[in-house]
Amino acid sequence: MATAEDQGAHTREMTVEQLLDFLGRMIEIRLFEDEIQLLFNQNLVRGSTHLCSGQEAVAVGACSALRKSDAMLCTYRGHGAVLAMGAPLDRTFGEILGKPQGLCAGKGGSMHLTDVSVGAYGSFAIVGAHLPIATGFGFAAKYTEADDVCLAFFGDGTVNIGAFHEAMNLAAVWKLPVIFLCENNLHGEYSPVARTTPVEELVVRAGSYAMPGVRIDGNDVREVFRVVGEAAERARGGGGPTLIEAMTYRHKGHSRTDPGTYRPQQEVEEWLARDPIPALERALEDRGVPAERVEEVRRVATAKVEEHRDRALNWPDPDPTARFDHVYA
Amino acid sequence: MTTVTYKEAIRLAIADSLEADDSVFMLGEDIGAAGGVFKTTEGLMERFGETRVLDTPISEQAIIGTAIGAAVRGLRPIAELMFADFAAVCFDQIANQLAKYRYMTGGQVTVPVTVRLANGAGAGFGSQHSQTVENWFINVPGLKIAVPGSPEDAYGLLRAAVEDDDPVLYFEHKAMLNLKGELRDTAGPFELGRAAVVREGSDATVVATQLVRVRAEEAAQALGQEGISVELIDPRTLVPLDLETIRASVERTGRLVVAQESPAAGSWGATVVARLMTESFDAFDAPPVLVSGDDTPVPYAGVMEGAWIPSVERIGSAVRQLG
Repeated sequence: MATAEDQGAHTREMTVEQLLDFLGRMIEIRLFEDEIQLLFNQNLVRGSTHLCSGQEAVAVGACSALRKSDAMLCTYRGHGAVLAMGAPLDRTFGEILGKPQGLCAGKGGSMHLTDVSVGAYGSFAIVGAHLPIATGFGFAAKYTEADDVCLAFFGDGTVNIGAFHEAMNLAAVWKLPVIFLCENNLHGEYSPVARTTPVEELVVRAGSYAMPGVRIDGNDVREVFRVVGEAAERARGGGGPTLIEAMTYRHKGHSRTDPGTYRPQQEVEEWLARDPIPALERALEDRGVPAERVEEVRRVATAKVEEHRDRALNWPDPDPTARFDHVYA
Repeated sequence: MTTVTYKEAIRLAIADSLEADDSVFMLGEDIGAAGGVFKTTEGLMERFGETRVLDTPISEQAIIGTAIGAAVRGLRPIAELMFADFAAVCFDQIANQLAKYRYMTGGQVTVPVTVRLANGAGAGFGSQHSQTVENWFINVPGLKIAVPGSPEDAYGLLRAAVEDDDPVLYFEHKAMLNLKGELRDTAGPFELGRAAVVREGSDATVVATQLVRVRAEEAAQALGQEGISVELIDPRTLVPLDLETIRASVERTGRLVVAQESPAAGSWGATVVARLMTESFDAFDAPPVLVSGDDTPVPYAGVMEGAWIPSVERIGSAVRQLG
């Protein structure tokens, strides 16, 4: 699904076709998660779900700036990132429904979506735990002299856990090709950032590691694509890691039934007005794209999500003895 | 055949692994320029270069995490934790990431990481640098656990750990580093999951690892002079555990002593006793005995630490009391 195979794609103005592609994928993610919430409400999804509704531009913009041989690691709020890498919708539904055809054969679920075949090397559910692992992906690229990069998504709450510090420090001191992408949605679980973090702009933490830090509008898919592309280019050229702070917002609560009522109504309304999907639709309109083409994108995405959902729902449950597989190689 | 110390056997196994496969590299604190705090890795950076023997910051989570990521991308890292006790600092990386990455992804990744941990008491390092911590991990499926008890095993198990496609925690006992033993010139990797019958006997089966195995050998010698014939078995790996070799021995001797350095609760020794009692009750002519370290942290003062670690005498009297 990566669209940045040709060097410097991020530096050029994006074509209408590219933007429509981005829009379609963002809508697919939004609709996918709406369906997941409905399936959860019907008790067809176990455990918990952490929706990224509202943050689709970060996922699609960033993952589109990667090449096929690059790697992406994300968090338990990772549906969007994994789909943005190109994981098939039906097998992603299937994983969350616990089906053997699911991405992880039903072993992972919502919080561990992984599709190595598209470079989505894992969704990690312990806050910050994947950042040292991302450093290892960067190390492998450097060791084998491959010019691959590793993109690691994480939330604002992660900047206060130890693994963040250890990973950022090592990646910087060894100049590893890692892009640390913080999705600052203003809340670490239920707590506003200001209650847990003494700095308002999290990107200042980059200074501690002498690495470049960039704060961007995470709801503008074009800006995300451009800045992640710049970071990837720097990393491939031996310039080491970058910290990107993408400002965005979770439309839903932290997890499953959380209504998110701890957030001020005005804040919610302001951010709903900055929804990245209508924002991209307006940008397309400004480029002179007829409304019918946008409608067509939405129609295709809707039909696709429903078709893939139904297919996954019809898959049988796994054989219970399959639990013994995959413990050891 | 060459006589080597336990430490030299470890160093040789690392060197031979680095020599055999370019995808093998080492990382850890002060392992390169300083040669390791126990000098186990002395000379390796000079021989293999700074790109393959890497000094890291004091960042255990980063050490293990970096090893995991590199392994998933096709390398074979050997990560060192200077003291096994420091596994507590990166417990998440080992127990939640390293052990489960393959399982949670439905087998999409393999994670061939070897973690070397300096284990055990006896050197006066106090409570936070003296533990035998393999039992922290026997309850975490997905890991393999090697506990070499001789220079020969130290070499063979480490070679095997590096070649294995699964994560292996390799515990090297600090109080055995200068222990001497024979190493065959043709030595290679051992199969993980095969116990060694260290000494054959007919009256009682003793199962022990690492420093306590060394003491059990001494105890068996003394018991032999008293006319008690001891069969001494070293499992060598706790996961996978070769229970069948132990069971076959107990079926012949009818008597079992399991001797281990760590406290008894939730330990590998307790597991061996429990499984054989539940599965092979009829084999026993006497109740089995578990000899363990005490249920206290490891004390500092020499006389207290000396009393804490199971001694030759304690192992010997455990066998005698079986009658």
